[in-house]
Amino acid sequence: MASDQTEAVGDVMGAQVITGGNGGGNGAGAPEAASNGVETDYSGQESVVRVRGVTRTYDIGGTSVHALRGVDIDIKRGEYISIMGPSGSGKSTLFNMVGGLDKPTDGTVFIDEVDIAQLDAFELAWMRCRKIGYIFQSYNLIPVMTALENITLPMIFAGRDLDYQMEKGRKLMEAVGIAHRMHNKPSQLSGGQQQRVAIARALANDPAIILADEPTGNLDQKTGMEIIELLKRLNRESGVTIITATHDDKMLDVSDRIVWISDGKIARIKNRNEVDITLGTVEGEV
Amino acid sequence: MATMNSNPAKTERQISLPFSQAFKIALRNITIRLGRAMITGAGTMLGIAFLMSVFTSAAIQQAKGIEIQVEQQQKNTWLVVMSLMVSVVGITNAMLMSVTERYKEIGTIKCLGALDNFIIKLFLIESALLGFFGSLIGSVLGMGFMLLTGVGVLGTINWPGLLLQMLMCIAIGTTLSVVAAIPPAMQAAKMQPADAMRTEI
Repeated sequence: MASDQTEAVGDVMGAQVITGGNGGGNGAGAPEAASNGVETDYSGQESVVRVRGVTRTYDIGGTSVHALRGVDIDIKRGEYISIMGPSGSGKSTLFNMVGGLDKPTDGTVFIDEVDIAQLDAFELAWMRCRKIGYIFQSYNLIPVMTALENITLPMIFAGRDLDYQMEKGRKLMEAVGIAHRMHNKPSQLSGGQQQRVAIARALANDPAIILADEPTGNLDQKTGMEIIELLKRLNRESGVTIITATHDDKMLDVSDRIVWISDGKIARIKNRNEVDITLGTVEGEV
Repeated sequence: MATMNSNPAKTERQISLPFSQAFKIALRNITIRLGRAMITGAGTMLGIAFLMSVFTSAAIQQAKGIEIQVEQQQKNTWLVVMSLMVSVVGITNAMLMSVTERYKEIGTIKCLGALDNFIIKLFLIESALLGFFGSLIGSVLGMGFMLLTGVGVLGTINWPGLLLQMLMCIAIGTTLSVVAAIPPAMQAAKMQPADAMRTEI
């Protein structure tokens, strides 16, 4: 039974529901990933995010800050792509742009072939609810809710009934490996466990894209590695596109492509196999 | 352009926060921050206690057969209005602090797809609950203390009239609490999802 708070989505997004569907990550052309994704060929695959000539300028106190100065990039469906850049390079701005959190001053951003600048508040919220899952460096779980409730919150917004929520929530918790902690609040969970809950929450509505902002930033080496392996496994198994902003070499190691951004422009984009990454270890590390 | 009339498709197109869920979340938010909630509620409680005590005092004087002067009534009205305004300002202040503290939570909920009005709903329900319980306790306390001065005439007090005034007090308290929460709720609703990404205030 629909509550009187439901509102209809505009036709722009309506068309997407028919063609894109909720299993956005499982669209045609998802690659049979090789063991390390290196040999995957993305040519001829549809793009889940297209950025065209995007600039973003902030007017702060009379001066203009040019965060992005003309950025073009295509992110393919099912890809695992990392964005790197120093502080002030526009990395966060670009990241927010591809994640539908910000609109460009100039140029266009297409997420799943929808121009985000044309979306109104409701359609944007719908997109964030159904198309994109977010993972944050500081987990950002709701402290007053248990792990299971955190995971099912996006499903509440999506209008799913209680049985569906519980069933899906349980499945997601098993997929990320915290089924035994479902009734614990975030304050009772370790960092790694909280991040797993956050990942499960990001997947709640089967998004096409997962946007991960420094997911291993607050985690130690070993836990960070577990999270990275979890994300890679999800990427491979369900074909969900993963876009991360990161400084972590271990995350770059499992990426399909790496984007370097500097001074508001893309400096270079390389496939993983074209980049030499040497991972270091510390003696005595578990 | 597809027409979507069937029910499964309708589910696909909605974003909703059912009232029952919003109520649950708001109640949780109160119970988890009970100390802060009690202080916010105390504002309403004291204001309504004063209002109820004025009503009770009038009822007692009526029972004793004492005529209430018009000047006295006006003065009482003025005092009560002032005290309620102080309560409202206190509630607005406390909720603004709460909103500022929870900027990350609000930003995150928006990233999950919450509409602006969901945020407003959550804060208003929270404030309504605080207002209701604050007014309930306040009116009972206000009436109770004032009745101590009219112990002799307990039998002749107009109880139905007094109880009706108590219900009025609870209604006033709850409404004022909701009104007081509107500015903070609107501020919370304006927060951007990208705020959840920031690591400092």
